[in-house]
Amino acid sequence: MARIGVFICHCGENISATVDCPKVSEVAAKFPGVAFSTDYKYMCSDPGQSLVVNAIKEHKLTGIVVSACSPRMHEPTFRRACAEGGLNPYQCEMANIREHCSWVHEKGDKTDQKAIDIVRMMVEKVKRNNALLPIKVPVTKTALVIGGGVAGIQAALDIANAGHKVIMVERDPSIGGHMSQLSETFPTLDCSQCILTPRMVEVAQNPNIKLYTYAEIESVEGFVGNFNVKIRKKAKSVDETLCNGCGMCTTKCPNKKNPNEFELGMGNRPAIYVPFPQAVPNIPVIDKTQCTYYKNGKCKICEKVCQPKAIRFDQEDEIIEVAVGAIALCTGFDIKKTDFFPEYGYGKYKDIIDGLQFERLASASGPTSGEIRRPSDGQVPKKIVFVACAGSRDPAKGIEYCSKICCMYTAKHAILYKHKVHDGQAYIFYMDIRAAGKNYDEFTRRAIEEDQAQYIRGRVSRIYERDGKLIVVGADTLMNAQTVEIEADMVVLATAGVANKGAEELAQKLHVSYDQHKFFSEAHPKLKPVETNTAGIYLAGACQSPKDIPESVAAASGVAGKIACLFANSELTREPLIAMVDRQAPPMYSSCTGCFLCQPVCPYNAIEREEVKDRNGNLVRELAFINPGLCQGCGTCVAVCKSKSIDIEGYTNLQMYAEVDALLNS
Amino acid sequence: MKLGFYPGCSLEGASREYNESVMAIAEKIGIELVSIPDWNCCGATAAHNLNKELSLSLPARNLALAEEAGLTELVVPCAACYSRFTMVQHELMHDEPLHKRVNEIIGKEYKGNLRILNVIQFIDEYVIDKLDENVKFEFNKKVACYYGCLLVRPNKVLKFDRTEDPQTMDIVMKKLGADAIDWAYKTECCGAGFSVSFTEAVARLSGNIVEDAVHRGAEAIIVACPMCHSNLDMRRKEIDKFNGKKSDIPVIYITQAIGVALGIDHKKLGLQRHFVPVNLKDFKPFVKKEIDVEKPQNMEVE
Amino acid sequence: MSNPHHTEDNTLAGKIKKNVGVSLVKCYQCGKCSAGCPVSGDMDYPPSLLIHKLQTGLPNHEEDVLRSKSIWYCLSCEMCIARCPMEVDIPPMMDYLRGESIRLNKANPAAKNIIKFHKAFLNSIKNTGRLYEMGLIVDYKMKSLNMMQDVTLAPTMLAKGKLKIFPEMIKNRKNIRQIFLNTINKQK
Ligand SMILES: Cc1cc2nc3c(=O)[nH]c(=O)nc-3n(C[C@H](O)[C@H](O)[C@H](O)COP(=O)(O)OP(=O)(O)OC[C@H]3O[C@@H](n4cnc5c(N)ncnc54)[C@H](O)[C@@H]3O)c2cc1C
Ligand code: SF4
Ligand code: SF4
Repeated sequence: MARIGVFICHCGENISATVDCPKVSEVAAKFPGVAFSTDYKYMCSDPGQSLVVNAIKEHKLTGIVVSACSPRMHEPTFRRACAEGGLNPYQCEMANIREHCSWVHEKGDKTDQKAIDIVRMMVEKVKRNNALLPIKVPVTKTALVIGGGVAGIQAALDIANAGHKVIMVERDPSIGGHMSQLSETFPTLDCSQCILTPRMVEVAQNPNIKLYTYAEIESVEGFVGNFNVKIRKKAKSVDETLCNGCGMCTTKCPNKKNPNEFELGMGNRPAIYVPFPQAVPNIPVIDKTQCTYYKNGKCKICEKVCQPKAIRFDQEDEIIEVAVGAIALCTGFDIKKTDFFPEYGYGKYKDIIDGLQFERLASASGPTSGEIRRPSDGQVPKKIVFVACAGSRDPAKGIEYCSKICCMYTAKHAILYKHKVHDGQAYIFYMDIRAAGKNYDEFTRRAIEEDQAQYIRGRVSRIYERDGKLIVVGADTLMNAQTVEIEADMVVLATAGVANKGAEELAQKLHVSYDQHKFFSEAHPKLKPVETNTAGIYLAGACQSPKDIPESVAAASGVAGKIACLFANSELTREPLIAMVDRQAPPMYSSCTGCFLCQPVCPYNAIEREEVKDRNGNLVRELAFINPGLCQGCGTCVAVCKSKSIDIEGYTNLQMYAEVDALLNS
Repeated sequence: MKLGFYPGCSLEGASREYNESVMAIAEKIGIELVSIPDWNCCGATAAHNLNKELSLSLPARNLALAEEAGLTELVVPCAACYSRFTMVQHELMHDEPLHKRVNEIIGKEYKGNLRILNVIQFIDEYVIDKLDENVKFEFNKKVACYYGCLLVRPNKVLKFDRTEDPQTMDIVMKKLGADAIDWAYKTECCGAGFSVSFTEAVARLSGNIVEDAVHRGAEAIIVACPMCHSNLDMRRKEIDKFNGKKSDIPVIYITQAIGVALGIDHKKLGLQRHFVPVNLKDFKPFVKKEIDVEKPQNMEVE
Repeated sequence: MSNPHHTEDNTLAGKIKKNVGVSLVKCYQCGKCSAGCPVSGDMDYPPSLLIHKLQTGLPNHEEDVLRSKSIWYCLSCEMCIARCPMEVDIPPMMDYLRGESIRLNKANPAAKNIIKFHKAFLNSIKNTGRLYEMGLIVDYKMKSLNMMQDVTLAPTMLAKGKLKIFPEMIKNRKNIRQIFLNTINKQK
């Protein structure tokens, strides 16, 4: 005989302000099979849990229904209490009378009745619950880090230093990400390359890290602890084992007028190139779309000058398969280009540039060797305008969010500008100065007080060119919204930070969710900021939303910590809520007819063929078998099985019908 | 080929030459423009400044009359009328009760099946393909194409060209052999209906437009709106006073420019009616050449 | 979306929201509209400031707005909405404010001529169905007593064939008068 306990939670006033909890408890006490029923202010609190534990022991309960919030948060809590009371943890069910009832209805009899119905359904279900044992799966203690920006680098080094293997996959020919393009960094103004390059080298030298550059993720299968990943290593047309990085090829390549991506088009590079001098690895790649040989079959000068004979024109993409236990997504972000702004000339004015281009102009290794010179004619701009929030906080342009980093880097730009052009004047059009962070506001004050940046509060309506000047038309909203017109020599747009190219495809390959702007979503905005909602896949850095370096690095170390925790055990425990195919004693063996309709519908490839043999070893039948390691409990197979041979543990057909019956026959 | 036509008051009065040039090129190309029978004034700025329902009803009556007359496409050369018509059509089609109410007021039913074309759309769809075979002279001048407000704003409703730095007129002019310059005042307002009631503003706004065009070496300003034309042309005295210098850059309707290229008699195009004399001469004979007029980005509006 | 549980917003901004659907709370005072507005220099309150005054919901600011020059100087050129990041549709708001300003007899004296011109314009349409430019100018001059302005314009226009001496009348003038009676000349 079932002896069920019912525990009605008030959730402070969240439930009790709308639902009459004592009444629900009273009614539930009279349900058949209910041996105990009570209500309490906070069931998840310590005393609340003790109440559950004690009630199980005292009333010799066989199952419990906690009727409170959604199981998302507290099911583990009450399963633990259930186990502490001496029951199998899966003899616990939650009836959600908060999200499904109190939060969505007004106070009244009907609402109470709905709460009662929900409880009745779960009572009928829990009566039919089976004791289940958690599943144990082995863990592959190798981590995959996708993206080699500062976030990826930090995550890889931390994991490797914890003693685990790391595989890093970077799309570009070198690691480093956007930070390698920056000049100096706020709020300390230390040189970006100087602090980043040593870390890049560490990645290359760490024996625990295997680095694949010029590579992308082809496919990902499996689950936490046991992912199988295919990596496409794009052909560099160079044998990496032979190349010694001498640079003869890049110097001698005659085809030198290709837009330099690293310099954001403000310079050229040869068809065979290393993206920047400090690149890791220091191995060139041939850009097949530009190379003269690939285009018309003649040239091969690089091949001739390469002493170690490392050039391979016939090299093909390579697919590499690896097994990993956890994945860190660190693919970073991108920024809008100047052509995104109709009112600023659709990108047609050469001297309107974006923030990254300014970083390159200010960088000692950049196209102007660190002198601020405008792209059109190389003049030093004496009046420069910075436009903050260009495209950010702009629903009309489809980007309603704040890009977060621009206020700070714009202040930095104004400071750097003044350091380099002493007689120059910087104007900054802004809406708010968002400088929350340690030493951040002080930094923007420094731009204003020491480096004479003129902050004008208003958006820029239009920019046009006249007589070699850019006429910037804005308003000063602190001055009766009067129009301000500045004849500038150069304009820098702090354009919105956006999701990186290919983010959506990657998210789909990995089954992680992303928001409407294609940034990857964390599992919980407050409590799980570095987890995705796919177990074993974590995220760090600007692939989640625009972030600065300290935040990206902190998140990356967070991810490394999470992965180290995961790798601390050699086995993982998984919820046993998976599909099972019916098994019976011979000669029936199973109700499964072996039609295998279920096999192709399983999104996780979890369904296998099991051969049933008689005593003499002759094949009697083939039955479906569900690999408990792979099954995610989605239930698709249950729906297609014609002979009703598959059940999801914890959600069996029997349990479901009992719930529906309880509702219909109340 | 027959198309519906709404001349509007300006084209019947102060902007006769616009009408004359539209008619002249239509005739040359073999298109008959059929006026809406008994059409009335669209109400222009005055109506929507003072009364919303009136501002909807006056255009709606015309649209209903056009539909009654069995017209399906309506060419509206006046940018102001075009804007009013398109806005009214949009509002009525998106607001059922309002549509009903306006039908009651005008005592007619407008179903909303009319396609409204501004003059550039008309040129783009019906004239441009016939140019090569009919053009006699190359319009070998530097021109500043001026669009004003009403052809391009609000872009979400009109869905014509791109919001900033539009290109459709530039493309037509380039096809005729002109050098359409890149300039800064393509879509800045000329002062519109304030010509009489707030002349100082018009002098300033139109003054800036003329000044920038002249400054960049344009030999003519090309327009497609009678209000823009009258402000830039008839108000030249006030404009020059504002700019503190005399200017003689003529203001030419795009249809007049096409007419000139087609070899139509300048009188027939009404060029003699301008306040600022049109002294454009030395047009070279047109030689057909493949002009590479690439459509710049963001031209397609969905 | 405002919360349906909130009490009705009786401010002028609330009325604008109700009558023309323009939500002024969206405006975050970036000033892009004022920066692009061709007549903001002529206005006593450039568009963004005008909105801010309405956002306060305070009677003295609302009074300022209804009595402002701004609402009459607006050219309906739509530059503001074309560039507003929050898509605050200012021109219909201006239309509404002009209506209210006249209805409450608060129109700014500086707008006298503009209003007279609009009225003369509509008069012409009411009588003939079309705009009779000569009549309009005479009517406007009578109304504004601004006889000397533009005296040189008319003769040149006549000479260039740009002015018609006699009005053109549409046939169904009854229909037009009906439209006026049903809208702007409605008896309250
Ligand atoms: C103009 C500007 C100035 C800035 N100045 C500062 C500053 O002064 N101080 C500061 O703290 N922050 C600054 N930042 C912010 C800083 O750039 C970021 O915080 C930092 O780059 C984020 O690092 P990340 O590793 O998350 O992403 P990224 O730097 O974007 O790196 C991502 C990496 O992933 C790779 N990748 C992308 N997709 C894939 C894929 N599908 N497969 C494999 N690899 C992939 C990319 O190639 C790249 O190497 C600035 C940003 C900008 C735009
Ligand atoms: S542009 Fe829009 S958001 Fe900005 S101040 Fe004007 S109305 Fe407000
Ligand atoms: S519509 Fe009115 S408020 Fe808006 S920009 Fe034009 S004149 Fe200014």
